[in-house]
Amino acid sequence: MHAHPAASPAAVGNAARSRRRGEVLRACALVGPALLLLLVLFLLPTLAILGIALTDWQFGAQSLSFVGAANFQEIFADATFRASFGNTLVYVLIVVPGTVVCALVVALLIEADSRFRSFYRAIHFLPFMATLAAMAIAWEALLHPTIGLVNQMLAAIGAPTANWLRDERTVLPVLAIIGIWQNLGFALVLFMAGLKAIPRDLYDAADIDGASSWMDRILTVTLPMLGPVSMFVVIVVALRAFEAFDTVQMLTQGGPGKASELLLYTLYRESFEFLRTGYGAAITVVFLTIVVSLTLFQARVMDRKVHYS
Amino acid sequence: MSAHRLSLPARLTRHAVLIVTGGMMLLPFVWMISLSLKPPGEIFHGGFSLLPDRWNAWENYTTALTAAPLPRFMLNGVAVCAAILALQILFCAPAAYALAKLNFRGREVVFGLVLVALLIPHQVLALPLFILGYQLGLLNSYAALIFPFVVSPFGIFLFRQFFKGIPDDIVHAARLDGLSEFSIVWRIMLPMAMPAVIAFSIFSVVAHWNDLFWPLIAVRQEELMPPSLGIMAFKNEEAGNDYGPLMAGASLVVAPLLIAFLCAQRWFIEGLTAGATK
Amino acid sequence: MASLSIAGITKGFEATQVLKGVSLDIRDGEFLTLLGPSGCGKSTLLRILAGLEIQDGGTISIDDRVVDDLHPKKRDVAMVFQSYALYPHMTVRDNISVPLKMRRLSSWQRLPLFGRCLPNSARIRKEIAGEAGKVAKSVGIEHLLDRKPGQLSGGQRQRVAVARAMVRHPAVFLMDEPLSNLDAKLRVQMRAEIKELHRRLGVTFIYVTHDQAEAMTLSDRVAVMLDGELLQVAPPDAIYAEPNDRRVAEFIGSPKINLLDAVVRTPETIDVAGATLPVPTGCEPGTNIVLGIRPEAFHYVDRFAPGTLGARVHLVEHLGSDLFVHCDFPGAGAPLIARLATDRAPSLSIGETVHLGIDASRVLLFRPDGSRLPNREATVTTLRGRA
Repeated sequence: MHAHPAASPAAVGNAARSRRRGEVLRACALVGPALLLLLVLFLLPTLAILGIALTDWQFGAQSLSFVGAANFQEIFADATFRASFGNTLVYVLIVVPGTVVCALVVALLIEADSRFRSFYRAIHFLPFMATLAAMAIAWEALLHPTIGLVNQMLAAIGAPTANWLRDERTVLPVLAIIGIWQNLGFALVLFMAGLKAIPRDLYDAADIDGASSWMDRILTVTLPMLGPVSMFVVIVVALRAFEAFDTVQMLTQGGPGKASELLLYTLYRESFEFLRTGYGAAITVVFLTIVVSLTLFQARVMDRKVHYS
Repeated sequence: MSAHRLSLPARLTRHAVLIVTGGMMLLPFVWMISLSLKPPGEIFHGGFSLLPDRWNAWENYTTALTAAPLPRFMLNGVAVCAAILALQILFCAPAAYALAKLNFRGREVVFGLVLVALLIPHQVLALPLFILGYQLGLLNSYAALIFPFVVSPFGIFLFRQFFKGIPDDIVHAARLDGLSEFSIVWRIMLPMAMPAVIAFSIFSVVAHWNDLFWPLIAVRQEELMPPSLGIMAFKNEEAGNDYGPLMAGASLVVAPLLIAFLCAQRWFIEGLTAGATK
Repeated sequence: MASLSIAGITKGFEATQVLKGVSLDIRDGEFLTLLGPSGCGKSTLLRILAGLEIQDGGTISIDDRVVDDLHPKKRDVAMVFQSYALYPHMTVRDNISVPLKMRRLSSWQRLPLFGRCLPNSARIRKEIAGEAGKVAKSVGIEHLLDRKPGQLSGGQRQRVAVARAMVRHPAVFLMDEPLSNLDAKLRVQMRAEIKELHRRLGVTFIYVTHDQAEAMTLSDRVAVMLDGELLQVAPPDAIYAEPNDRRVAEFIGSPKINLLDAVVRTPETIDVAGATLPVPTGCEPGTNIVLGIRPEAFHYVDRFAPGTLGARVHLVEHLGSDLFVHCDFPGAGAPLIARLATDRAPSLSIGETVHLGIDASRVLLFRPDGSRLPNREATVTTLRGRA
């Protein structure tokens, strides 16, 4: 504390002003570096990407010109992008329901009894945090057409086998299954937290009210109470599914043909392999739009908390 | 406990289903480790057995560690993750403190910017950051792997939430005791926010150890590669013909996080799900 | 309508024994309160009655029918929870309807969407909605039927919980601290409403509380529980006036009863804190006993007289009609509290010595183990005349 001789009102005013200035300076010193970095690393680049998307810039070229929405017209006319966009939607539409339904069932089963709870949770959660680039290699071995375990097992029971990652019809569903495998543990943990948050009194009340069977309890209490959590899980998993990249890069490179081109992989190739910067930026803008709208939607849903008011 | 004990058949069904689904989750791990123990002949001969007839683990793991610079990849990973985490905490904690506990003009604007940054997925930033890195001559260096992540909007957000829960009186008491604002951050707030720090650290380390997208863009030289990119390079060189060492390499890349997870399950789950609620 | 019989119920959670053999008979239509401090096992006992927990030993019968193996649904009991446990996603009408739906609709008819299309389903649902409306009206919440619990005040939620319990006309009402989440004013009002509800329905109520005022005002009989044991079951006035155990005497009454160590001098007198009081015990001289004196059993005496206690005033609380005088008093561990009528006692100042007379017919005597020593007809009934 500064010991100002507060003799006259003017001096008090000065002291107060200098203290206020001190507070501003302190805040600047604390927030300044982070704020500067946020601007340079997050906000300006985002604005830049919106700008670049309107130009025909190729990385390394000396000149560029403004082309308006031409890049966007071009990407939506481009067979690769359209395939990629369509594949991504299919991928998301398999991964999201697959992950959410499996995770919900596993969560209900794990929470149905106390035995081995954390053990089961741990083994289902493992894939979520394993390095996907490395696990993709393990999946490739499992799915190998001749020596892979999957085909060997199918052959042993007389079922038809396939060259999973080299067949246009199977490659996308197989990648989606790997996506489910990876995200299930995550959704599971969110559901388990949601289940824990349901007050035990509600189950007791349901019991007294006559909801005695497991099914009745699930329908009367569990599922309605999980409503908001489920919404949240759906969106979080959808976000992760839109961001799928590692498995494509490691296993298929978008092939065969364009059967496994996914949005982020196309974005990567155009931007960093073909160095078509303006074009890549346009794809990035599409990707950004999807992710931001999903996140904002989620934020709105979470704010309203559905029917909990 | 409650009167609702599962009946014996219900309990057995629960275990049966969970063991099957759990087995499916573990299958890639099990198969990866199994192949990493086998000699090439047994791998290409096929078969269901998990354990090899002739143990080839020593050869596979030695090849993985010597033929490819796997130790180098892992050390790169440790160094890059540590640097990113240290810088993130260094920049985020003071900002979060100011946003949580100080009253200054523009605070709401700054917090608004943090929330906007939180919305933006990192893949969107790759292109402009690549150009920025190129202009600054940073590409193909450790700095290239680190600089996009030195500040984390999620970190600021998480720490701010936690700091807000710490009573103002503690800050006032610390000021009266003569601590500067920075010492309040480092000596009072951060130690009190240890759970948030641990959760954030796990979130950050897991994200960057596993990240493939940015390293793929930022570095080409093998000596700089972090584990995920390194294992990809290893795979491409081996062209998939030498499964044993490849699986050994993959196992080694995955192992540190998995072991850490098994030791501190609760913290990991907390840290990684905190990341979802951003 | 039902009588209830609880015989030798025991229950433990891991190492701790929560109920140590509780036996109790409850008459048809009675309002019985389980009263005790938190952790005494009263809520566990209620949950066992409801069938939410299974006892380790002992038997519960309702109307002479053993219900130990019956699911809550089949026991014909309803329960009001401390948290009300209303389903937050359902309207008030749906909340009240749940017990009827679970009983009258088949499990197929209960299925969402599909169940509505089955024959009879619509008709039964309509009947149920009608009954729910009627019950809501009887507790005065018919205007809230389409709201969700989140939009209701505490008192309104409480009524919904009561309505949900009433709707299927159970034989026994179980209430687990139903008023503890309400503010003091509303609590008094709801207390009166519960009493009225019991009178109107005439069915058996079992009510759990830690609040002695609730227990005293509501009950036909109070069962005092402590550490997993029933200490005494008696009407409220008897619980207060004739506690059979030192712990009951201490738990009931506010301010707390004063307990003083005493020694029997002759069968007609005892020594306590240096004074000799004419309290007949009939015990052998030299026996150690504990003397219990309720604050209102003291009266003011203006100067020393044999058979009075002299104590130093250290705090005086004015309550309008009465004074609470806290005094220190040589030989007694804790301070002693006397409730004196304002008009009978002059203004007392702190540090002054006050002489307190004791109404010997109103003292309680306990053996050192805490059990009650029956009062004996005294040869000299009061000391008031001597003072």
